[in-house]
Amino acid sequence: MSAHSASPEITFHPEHTGGTKKIWKTFWLLSVITIIELVIGLTIYNIHKGEHPNATLVLMFKGVVCILTLAKAYYIVSIFMHLGDEIRNMIMTIVVPLCLFIWFIIAFLWDGTSWKNLKNTNAGSREYKVEKVEKHTAPEKGAKD
Amino acid sequence: MPTNTKWWNGGRSPFNASYGKVMMWYFLMSDAFTFGAFLISYATLRFSLNDWVDPNHVFNSFPLAGSANLPLAFVSLMTFILIFSSVTMVLAVHEGHNMNKKGVEKYMILTIIGGLAFLSCQAWEWTHLLTHEHEVWINGVNGAAGHVELWNTTVSHNPFGPEITVNGHEYATPGPISFGSYFFEITGFHGFHVFSGVIINIVMYIKAKSGHFEQRGHYEMIEKAGLYWHFVDLVWVFVFLCFYLI
Repeated sequence: MSAHSASPEITFHPEHTGGTKKIWKTFWLLSVITIIELVIGLTIYNIHKGEHPNATLVLMFKGVVCILTLAKAYYIVSIFMHLGDEIRNMIMTIVVPLCLFIWFIIAFLWDGTSWKNLKNTNAGSREYKVEKVEKHTAPEKGAKD
Repeated sequence: MPTNTKWWNGGRSPFNASYGKVMMWYFLMSDAFTFGAFLISYATLRFSLNDWVDPNHVFNSFPLAGSANLPLAFVSLMTFILIFSSVTMVLAVHEGHNMNKKGVEKYMILTIIGGLAFLSCQAWEWTHLLTHEHEVWINGVNGAAGHVELWNTTVSHNPFGPEITVNGHEYATPGPISFGSYFFEITGFHGFHVFSGVIINIVMYIKAKSGHFEQRGHYEMIEKAGLYWHFVDLVWVFVFLCFYLI
Protein backbone atom coordinates (compact mmCIF):
# COMPACT_ATOMS: atom_id res chain seq x y z
CA MET A 1 0.00 0.00 0.00
CA SER A 2 3.00 2.34 -0.10
CA ALA A 3 2.03 5.26 -2.27
CA HIS A 4 5.43 6.79 -2.96
CA SER A 5 7.66 4.16 -4.46
CA ALA A 6 8.32 6.30 -7.55
CA SER A 7 9.18 9.69 -6.07
CA PRO A 8 12.93 9.55 -5.47
CA GLU A 9 13.16 13.28 -4.77
CA ILE A 10 11.24 12.87 -1.56
CA THR A 11 13.34 11.98 1.44
CA PHE A 12 10.72 11.56 4.11
CA HIS A 13 7.42 10.10 3.07
CA PRO A 14 4.61 11.89 4.84
CA GLU A 15 2.15 9.82 6.77
CA HIS A 16 -1.29 9.96 5.26
CA THR A 17 -2.98 8.27 8.13
CA GLY A 18 -6.22 9.50 9.55
CA GLY A 19 -9.43 9.27 7.65
CA THR A 20 -11.53 11.88 5.98
CA LYS A 21 -12.73 13.35 9.27
CA LYS A 22 -10.56 16.45 9.00
CA ILE A 23 -11.76 17.09 5.44
CA TRP A 24 -15.43 16.98 6.40
CA LYS A 25 -14.78 19.10 9.46
CA THR A 26 -13.22 21.75 7.21
CA PHE A 27 -16.17 21.48 4.82
CA TRP A 28 -18.63 22.22 7.60
CA LEU A 29 -16.46 25.04 8.86
CA LEU A 30 -16.34 26.65 5.41
CA SER A 31 -20.10 26.22 5.01
CA VAL A 32 -20.84 27.81 8.37
CA ILE A 33 -18.54 30.76 7.62
CA THR A 34 -20.24 31.21 4.24
CA ILE A 35 -23.67 31.17 5.87
CA ILE A 36 -22.54 33.80 8.38
CA GLU A 37 -21.25 35.89 5.47
CA LEU A 38 -24.60 35.58 3.71
CA VAL A 39 -26.46 36.63 6.85
CA ILE A 40 -24.22 39.69 7.13
CA GLY A 41 -24.74 40.39 3.41
CA LEU A 42 -28.52 40.35 3.90
CA THR A 43 -28.17 42.54 6.98
CA ILE A 44 -26.28 45.10 4.91
CA TYR A 45 -29.04 44.86 2.31
CA ASN A 46 -31.67 45.60 4.93
CA ILE A 47 -29.66 48.49 6.38
CA HIS A 48 -29.46 50.01 2.90
CA LYS A 49 -33.21 49.65 2.48
CA GLY A 50 -33.85 51.73 5.60
CA GLU A 51 -34.38 55.48 5.69
CA HIS A 52 -30.98 56.53 7.00
CA PRO A 53 -28.35 53.85 6.42
CA ASN A 54 -25.71 53.97 9.12
CA ALA A 55 -22.46 54.17 7.13
CA THR A 56 -20.22 53.22 10.05
CA LEU A 57 -22.29 50.12 10.80
CA VAL A 58 -22.19 49.06 7.14
CA LEU A 59 -18.43 49.57 7.03
CA MET A 60 -18.03 47.50 10.18
CA PHE A 61 -20.08 44.63 8.74
CA LYS A 62 -18.04 44.77 5.53
CA GLY A 63 -14.85 44.57 7.59
CA VAL A 64 -16.17 41.49 9.39
CA VAL A 65 -16.98 39.83 6.04
CA CYS A 66 -13.43 40.54 4.81
CA ILE A 67 -11.94 38.91 7.90
CA LEU A 68 -14.23 35.87 7.52
CA THR A 69 -13.11 35.56 3.89
CA LEU A 70 -9.47 35.53 4.97
CA ALA A 71 -10.33 32.77 7.44
CA LYS A 72 -11.91 30.76 4.62
CA ALA A 73 -8.82 31.29 2.46
CA TYR A 74 -6.64 30.07 5.31
CA TYR A 75 -8.62 26.84 5.72
CA ILE A 76 -8.72 26.12 1.97
CA VAL A 77 -4.97 26.64 1.58
CA SER A 78 -3.79 24.90 4.71
CA ILE A 79 -6.18 21.91 4.82
CA PHE A 80 -7.54 21.33 1.31
CA MET A 81 -4.31 22.23 -0.44
CA HIS A 82 -2.25 20.58 2.32
CA LEU A 83 0.13 23.54 2.52
CA GLY A 84 0.05 23.18 6.28
CA ASP A 85 1.64 19.73 5.90
CA GLU A 86 4.59 20.98 3.84
CA ILE A 87 7.84 21.90 5.51
CA ARG A 88 8.21 25.40 6.87
CA ASN A 89 10.73 26.68 4.34
CA MET A 90 8.44 25.85 1.45
CA ILE A 91 5.49 27.55 3.12
CA MET A 92 7.65 30.65 3.55
CA THR A 93 8.69 30.80 -0.13
CA ILE A 94 5.00 31.02 -0.99
CA VAL A 95 3.61 33.14 1.83
CA VAL A 96 6.36 35.76 2.11
CA PRO A 97 6.07 37.04 -1.50
CA LEU A 98 2.31 37.27 -1.02
CA CYS A 99 2.96 39.86 1.71
CA LEU A 100 3.42 42.31 -1.16
CA PHE A 101 -0.37 42.40 -1.19
CA ILE A 102 -0.34 44.36 2.07
CA TRP A 103 1.44 47.26 0.36
CA PHE A 104 -0.49 46.69 -2.85
CA ILE A 105 -3.89 47.04 -1.19
CA ILE A 106 -3.00 50.00 1.04
CA ALA A 107 -1.32 51.96 -1.77
CA PHE A 108 -4.05 51.49 -4.33
CA LEU A 109 -7.02 52.08 -2.06
CA TRP A 110 -5.26 55.23 -0.87
CA ASP A 111 -4.89 56.23 -4.51
CA GLY A 112 -8.58 55.63 -5.19
CA THR A 113 -9.60 57.71 -2.17
CA SER A 114 -7.33 60.55 -3.22
CA TRP A 115 -8.78 60.45 -6.71
CA LYS A 116 -12.27 60.79 -5.27
CA ASN A 117 -11.23 63.70 -3.04
CA LEU A 118 -9.70 65.53 -5.98
CA LYS A 119 -12.88 65.13 -7.98
CA ASN A 120 -15.20 66.21 -5.20
CA THR A 121 -13.09 69.24 -4.26
CA ASN A 122 -12.23 70.19 -7.83
CA ALA A 123 -8.57 69.43 -7.14
CA GLY A 124 -8.66 71.20 -3.77
CA SER A 125 -10.12 74.47 -5.05
CA ARG A 126 -13.46 74.23 -3.26
CA GLU A 127 -15.11 72.51 -0.33
CA TYR A 128 -15.81 68.80 -0.51
CA LYS A 129 -19.14 68.35 -2.24
CA VAL A 130 -20.67 65.36 -3.98
CA GLU A 131 -22.47 66.66 -7.02
CA LYS A 132 -25.71 64.93 -7.81
CA VAL A 133 -25.69 66.07 -11.41
CA GLU A 134 -28.41 63.71 -12.53
CA LYS A 135 -31.04 65.20 -10.28
CA HIS A 136 -30.85 68.67 -11.74
CA THR A 137 -30.66 68.13 -15.45
CA ALA A 138 -33.89 66.21 -15.89
CA PRO A 139 -35.81 69.03 -17.50
CA GLU A 140 -39.25 67.56 -17.85
CA LYS A 141 -42.19 69.62 -16.61
CA GLY A 142 -43.15 68.87 -13.07
CA ALA A 143 -39.89 67.06 -12.49
CA LYS A 144 -39.09 67.01 -8.83
CA ASP A 145 -36.35 65.60 -6.73
CA MET B 1 24.18 8.87 -12.06
CA PRO B 2 22.23 8.49 -15.33
CA THR B 3 21.90 11.76 -17.24
CA ASN B 4 18.11 11.53 -17.48
CA THR B 5 17.54 11.40 -13.73
CA LYS B 6 14.93 14.03 -12.98
CA TRP B 7 16.09 14.71 -9.46
CA TRP B 8 16.65 18.22 -8.34
CA ASN B 9 20.31 19.24 -8.45
CA GLY B 10 21.77 17.47 -5.48
CA GLY B 11 19.45 14.55 -5.93
CA ARG B 12 16.97 15.45 -3.22
CA SER B 13 14.20 18.00 -3.04
CA PRO B 14 15.11 20.75 -0.59
CA PHE B 15 11.43 20.99 0.32
CA ASN B 16 10.79 17.27 0.51
CA ALA B 17 8.25 17.70 -2.30
CA SER B 18 8.52 16.76 -5.95
CA TYR B 19 9.65 19.34 -8.48
CA GLY B 20 6.26 19.36 -10.23
CA LYS B 21 4.34 20.02 -7.06
CA VAL B 22 6.61 22.87 -5.95
CA MET B 23 6.37 24.47 -9.40
CA MET B 24 2.58 24.13 -9.33
CA TRP B 25 2.65 26.11 -6.08
CA TYR B 26 4.78 28.83 -7.66
CA PHE B 27 2.50 28.97 -10.68
CA LEU B 28 -0.51 29.38 -8.39
CA MET B 29 1.30 32.11 -6.47
CA SER B 30 1.87 34.06 -9.68
CA ASP B 31 -1.75 33.48 -10.68
CA ALA B 32 -2.79 34.86 -7.29
CA PHE B 33 -0.95 38.07 -8.18
CA THR B 34 -2.83 38.27 -11.48
CA PHE B 35 -6.20 37.91 -9.79
CA GLY B 36 -5.06 40.18 -6.99
CA ALA B 37 -4.11 42.89 -9.48
CA PHE B 38 -7.52 42.64 -11.16
CA LEU B 39 -9.41 42.83 -7.89
CA ILE B 40 -7.30 45.67 -6.50
CA SER B 41 -7.68 47.68 -9.68
CA TYR B 42 -11.44 47.16 -9.39
CA ALA B 43 -11.35 48.26 -5.75
CA THR B 44 -9.29 51.36 -6.61
CA LEU B 45 -11.82 52.44 -9.19
CA ARG B 46 -14.68 51.76 -6.85
CA PHE B 47 -13.06 53.82 -4.09
CA SER B 48 -12.68 56.71 -6.51
CA LEU B 49 -16.38 56.90 -7.44
CA ASN B 50 -19.20 58.48 -5.47
CA ASP B 51 -21.72 55.88 -6.60
CA TRP B 52 -21.45 52.20 -7.29
CA VAL B 53 -24.12 49.60 -7.93
CA ASP B 54 -25.89 47.76 -5.15
CA PRO B 55 -25.01 44.07 -5.71
CA ASN B 56 -28.20 43.00 -3.94
CA HIS B 57 -30.13 44.87 -6.57
CA VAL B 58 -28.16 43.58 -9.57
CA PHE B 59 -27.88 39.94 -8.53
CA ASN B 60 -31.34 39.29 -7.19
CA SER B 61 -32.72 36.76 -9.65
CA PHE B 62 -32.86 33.00 -9.72
CA PRO B 63 -33.56 30.65 -12.64
CA LEU B 64 -37.28 29.92 -13.06
CA ALA B 65 -38.14 32.30 -10.22
CA GLY B 66 -39.36 35.03 -12.56
CA SER B 67 -38.95 38.52 -11.17
CA ALA B 68 -38.88 37.46 -7.52
CA ASN B 69 -36.44 39.55 -5.48
CA LEU B 70 -33.92 37.05 -4.12
CA PRO B 71 -30.69 38.86 -3.27
CA LEU B 72 -27.61 36.64 -2.82
CA ALA B 73 -29.58 33.41 -3.42
CA PHE B 74 -28.12 32.31 -6.73
CA VAL B 75 -24.55 33.28 -5.93
CA SER B 76 -24.67 31.36 -2.66
CA LEU B 77 -25.76 28.30 -4.64
CA MET B 78 -22.70 28.79 -6.87
CA THR B 79 -20.47 29.19 -3.82
CA PHE B 80 -21.72 25.99 -2.23
CA ILE B 81 -21.32 24.08 -5.51
CA LEU B 82 -17.68 25.14 -5.65
CA ILE B 83 -16.99 24.38 -1.98
CA PHE B 84 -18.54 20.95 -2.40
CA SER B 85 -16.53 20.18 -5.51
CA SER B 86 -13.44 21.19 -3.55
CA VAL B 87 -14.35 18.58 -0.93
CA THR B 88 -14.78 15.83 -3.54
CA MET B 89 -11.41 16.83 -5.02
CA VAL B 90 -9.61 16.56 -1.70
CA LEU B 91 -11.32 13.19 -1.17
CA ALA B 92 -9.97 12.05 -4.57
CA VAL B 93 -6.47 13.06 -3.46
CA HIS B 94 -7.03 11.13 -0.23
CA GLU B 95 -8.09 7.99 -2.13
CA GLY B 96 -4.99 8.45 -4.30
CA HIS B 97 -2.78 8.28 -1.22
CA ASN B 98 -4.45 4.98 -0.38
CA MET B 99 -3.91 3.76 -3.97
CA ASN B 100 -7.64 3.19 -4.28
CA LYS B 101 -8.31 3.42 -8.03
CA LYS B 102 -12.09 3.09 -7.76
CA GLY B 103 -12.27 5.79 -5.11
CA VAL B 104 -10.21 8.22 -7.19
CA GLU B 105 -12.46 7.64 -10.21
CA LYS B 106 -15.63 8.18 -8.20
CA TYR B 107 -14.51 11.44 -6.61
CA MET B 108 -13.00 12.78 -9.85
CA ILE B 109 -16.34 12.27 -11.58
CA LEU B 110 -18.13 14.14 -8.77
CA THR B 111 -15.59 16.98 -8.99
CA ILE B 112 -16.08 17.25 -12.75
CA ILE B 113 -19.86 17.36 -12.28
CA GLY B 114 -19.44 20.11 -9.68
CA GLY B 115 -17.28 22.12 -12.06
CA LEU B 116 -19.77 21.76 -14.89
CA ALA B 117 -22.62 22.76 -12.58
CA PHE B 118 -20.74 25.89 -11.59
CA LEU B 119 -20.04 26.78 -15.22
CA SER B 120 -23.71 26.31 -16.11
CA CYS B 121 -24.70 28.66 -13.28
CA GLN B 122 -22.25 31.23 -14.53
CA ALA B 123 -23.54 30.89 -18.10
CA TRP B 124 -27.06 31.53 -16.82
CA GLU B 125 -25.97 34.53 -14.79
CA TRP B 126 -24.12 36.13 -17.70
CA THR B 127 -27.00 35.49 -20.07
CA HIS B 128 -29.41 37.01 -17.60
CA LEU B 129 -27.31 40.16 -17.14
CA LEU B 130 -26.66 40.55 -20.86
CA THR B 131 -30.25 40.05 -21.99
CA HIS B 132 -32.46 41.27 -19.15
CA GLU B 133 -33.58 44.86 -19.78
CA HIS B 134 -34.02 47.57 -17.17
CA GLU B 135 -35.61 50.99 -17.41
CA VAL B 136 -33.11 53.84 -17.22
CA TRP B 137 -33.76 57.55 -17.09
CA ILE B 138 -31.57 59.33 -19.66
CA ASN B 139 -31.11 63.05 -19.16
CA GLY B 140 -31.87 65.39 -22.02
CA VAL B 141 -28.85 67.11 -23.53
CA ASN B 142 -28.92 70.89 -24.18
CA GLY B 143 -32.44 71.40 -22.92
CA ALA B 144 -33.98 68.41 -24.70
CA ALA B 145 -36.46 66.37 -22.70
CA GLY B 146 -35.21 63.42 -20.75
CA HIS B 147 -36.54 60.00 -21.63
CA VAL B 148 -36.62 56.37 -20.56
CA GLU B 149 -34.53 53.72 -22.33
CA LEU B 150 -34.27 49.98 -21.84
CA TRP B 151 -30.73 48.88 -21.09
CA ASN B 152 -29.03 45.52 -20.60
CA THR B 153 -25.98 45.18 -18.38
CA THR B 154 -22.96 45.06 -20.68
CA VAL B 155 -19.40 46.39 -20.79
CA SER B 156 -20.76 49.68 -22.14
CA HIS B 157 -24.13 49.98 -20.35
CA ASN B 158 -24.93 49.92 -16.66
CA PRO B 159 -28.61 50.43 -15.80
CA PHE B 160 -28.02 50.34 -12.04
CA GLY B 161 -27.02 53.92 -11.24
CA PRO B 162 -28.50 56.07 -8.44
CA GLU B 163 -32.26 56.39 -8.51
CA ILE B 164 -34.15 59.58 -9.20
CA THR B 165 -37.82 60.46 -9.10
CA VAL B 166 -39.34 61.93 -12.24
CA ASN B 167 -43.06 62.72 -12.32
CA GLY B 168 -43.59 60.53 -9.31
CA HIS B 169 -41.85 57.52 -10.86
CA GLU B 170 -38.61 56.04 -9.53
CA TYR B 171 -36.05 55.52 -12.25
CA ALA B 172 -32.50 54.30 -12.17
CA THR B 173 -29.95 56.51 -13.90
CA PRO B 174 -26.93 55.22 -15.85
CA GLY B 175 -24.37 53.81 -13.43
CA PRO B 176 -20.59 53.64 -13.77
CA ILE B 177 -19.66 51.82 -16.97
CA SER B 178 -16.71 50.16 -15.26
CA PHE B 179 -19.07 47.88 -13.34
CA GLY B 180 -19.82 45.74 -16.39
CA SER B 181 -16.25 45.66 -17.65
CA TYR B 182 -14.83 44.64 -14.28
CA PHE B 183 -17.56 42.14 -13.57
CA PHE B 184 -17.30 40.37 -16.90
CA GLU B 185 -13.51 40.57 -16.95
CA ILE B 186 -12.93 39.11 -13.51
CA THR B 187 -15.71 36.53 -13.42
CA GLY B 188 -14.81 35.63 -17.00
CA PHE B 189 -11.16 35.12 -16.13
CA HIS B 190 -12.20 33.03 -13.15
CA GLY B 191 -14.72 31.10 -15.25
CA PHE B 192 -11.99 30.33 -17.76
CA HIS B 193 -9.90 28.94 -14.90
CA VAL B 194 -12.84 26.75 -13.87
CA PHE B 195 -13.22 25.61 -17.47
CA SER B 196 -9.56 24.67 -17.81
CA GLY B 197 -9.74 23.01 -14.39
CA VAL B 198 -12.61 20.84 -15.60
CA ILE B 199 -10.58 19.86 -18.69
CA ILE B 200 -7.57 18.98 -16.50
CA ASN B 201 -9.83 16.96 -14.20
CA ILE B 202 -11.29 15.06 -17.16
CA VAL B 203 -7.75 14.22 -18.34
CA MET B 204 -6.90 13.06 -14.81
CA TYR B 205 -10.03 10.93 -14.69
CA ILE B 206 -9.16 9.24 -18.01
CA LYS B 207 -5.58 8.64 -16.86
CA ALA B 208 -6.76 7.18 -13.56
CA LYS B 209 -9.36 5.03 -15.27
CA SER B 210 -6.84 3.62 -17.74
CA GLY B 211 -4.48 2.74 -14.91
CA HIS B 212 -1.62 5.13 -15.69
CA PHE B 213 -1.18 6.19 -12.11
CA GLU B 214 -1.36 2.64 -10.80
CA GLN B 215 1.45 1.71 -13.19
CA ARG B 216 3.44 4.72 -12.07
CA GLY B 217 2.99 3.70 -8.45
CA HIS B 218 1.57 6.96 -7.16
CA TYR B 219 -1.30 9.39 -7.71
CA GLU B 220 0.68 12.59 -7.48
CA MET B 221 -0.82 14.00 -10.67
CA ILE B 222 -4.19 14.00 -8.93
CA GLU B 223 -2.62 16.04 -6.14
CA LYS B 224 -1.29 18.62 -8.62
CA ALA B 225 -4.61 18.88 -10.44
CA GLY B 226 -6.20 19.18 -7.01
CA LEU B 227 -3.99 22.14 -6.12
CA TYR B 228 -5.20 23.93 -9.24
CA TRP B 229 -8.81 23.10 -8.51
CA HIS B 230 -8.61 24.33 -4.92
CA PHE B 231 -7.00 27.51 -6.15
CA VAL B 232 -10.02 28.11 -8.36
CA ASP B 233 -12.23 27.76 -5.30
CA LEU B 234 -9.91 30.09 -3.36
CA VAL B 235 -10.21 32.80 -6.01
CA TRP B 236 -13.99 32.44 -6.02
CA VAL B 237 -14.03 33.14 -2.29
CA PHE B 238 -12.51 36.55 -3.05
CA VAL B 239 -14.62 37.23 -6.15
CA PHE B 240 -17.70 36.41 -4.07
CA LEU B 241 -16.54 38.89 -1.44
CA CYS B 242 -15.65 41.72 -3.80
CA PHE B 243 -18.56 41.57 -6.24
CA TYR B 244 -21.49 40.18 -4.32
CA LEU B 245 -21.03 40.79 -0.62
CA ILE B 246 -19.55 44.26 -0.27
